[in-house]
Amino acid sequence: MTKTPLQFRHNGRDVALFVDGGVNLLVALRELIGDMTPKFGCGQGGCGACSVLIDGELHLSCLTLAETVNGRAVETLDGLKDGPNLHPLQRAFMEQFAAQCGYCTPGMLMAAKALLDRNPSPTRAEVVEAISGNICRCTGYEPIINAVLAAATSGRARA
Amino acid sequence: MPVTVKTFASFGEAASALSSDRSARYLGGGTLVMRALNEGDVSISTVVRATDQALSRIDVASSRITLGASVTFARILAERDLAFLHAPARSIGGPAVRNMGTVGGNLFAPSPYGDFTVALLALDATVSVQGGLGARDMGIEEFLQSRERQSGALVLAVSCQRPASADAFRYRKIARIKPKGGSVITLAAHLPASGGRISGARIALGSMAATQIRARAAERALEGRSLDDAAISAAAAAATEGVSPADNALGSAWYRREIVGVHLRRLLSGLE
Repeated sequence: MTKTPLQFRHNGRDVALFVDGGVNLLVALRELIGDMTPKFGCGQGGCGACSVLIDGELHLSCLTLAETVNGRAVETLDGLKDGPNLHPLQRAFMEQFAAQCGYCTPGMLMAAKALLDRNPSPTRAEVVEAISGNICRCTGYEPIINAVLAAATSGRARA
Repeated sequence: MPVTVKTFASFGEAASALSSDRSARYLGGGTLVMRALNEGDVSISTVVRATDQALSRIDVASSRITLGASVTFARILAERDLAFLHAPARSIGGPAVRNMGTVGGNLFAPSPYGDFTVALLALDATVSVQGGLGARDMGIEEFLQSRERQSGALVLAVSCQRPASADAFRYRKIARIKPKGGSVITLAAHLPASGGRISGARIALGSMAATQIRARAAERALEGRSLDDAAISAAAAAATEGVSPADNALGSAWYRREIVGVHLRRLLSGLE
């Protein structure tokens, strides 16, 4: 079985690799690039733990055929911070105690980033809708929603 | 197990590749085929893709709208001229699934999925498919009845007539988790009216049989009548005729039979 060459931008950096046919983007990110921030939850599109942005749009990396991102830009939680400075969403998650076990957090943060990039002043209902594809089995939804709203407020304060 | 991925620039080549290989599956948004691969489905040895822009075209210029098979639910939601399809599009998955899932793929989604197809069935959509013998248009009912045999054909587009008014098309999905969740029952009704009387009603149900089905007895109960309490009661009472729901984790077959009439009544009464 031949491998397929694949090139894409990963958190602003060009990467080139070879993938087996049928490999999903989550496996490519974790096992071939070593970016362990997107998580494997269900492999069915039900949990959102593997959420990443592809060309700025929220996608599930476990359901994305790796070679379909050739030439595109993939953002994961690993690229959210700016050097030593946490992203406002990460800071808000910390301050609002929005992570319990933390397994859903990378997906939650990427879903929240996709929302705030498009809509910097979301309503509570819009935040609920934006993270509706992400399951937190610790059921800590309220602090997560509060954190996204707080990040939106702090983003507006800086703007 | 690795699979062979074949990517084609034109849908014609992709359709040929698909029809000539029994173990080939067409990859649209990935929400069905990648899930099968992740679960180790060994019946798939080839994945066929097409990058043809013709498959992602949306045509809303006339009273008949056409959606390319690769059109995602997020794109439908971004299209103001497709407002009548926003409720079914929004009822599917979370934002990531809506960015990925496609109209064409939804036609193949097994119960308890395939909610958008319920809407298309009520709207009497036409499905354009390209098989080994060329392209042809078929009614969505015929397509769904022969769905198992359609996996070697490539869906190119679906089209339907725009409802005459916002009130003439109604959609309701019953899920245990809101705003996202698998369907307990999905209902859609197209209720064209002429002189205050229903003429040509189509009611479609999801999760009430192996594929999406029409509630023909309920449709007959509305025909030629105004949408009053008596007509709605008659339709609700007839809602279980011809259904064969399954038990699953979201609801038992018994429960689905019990509540389908209740939800049809609410849909027809315009209740939230």
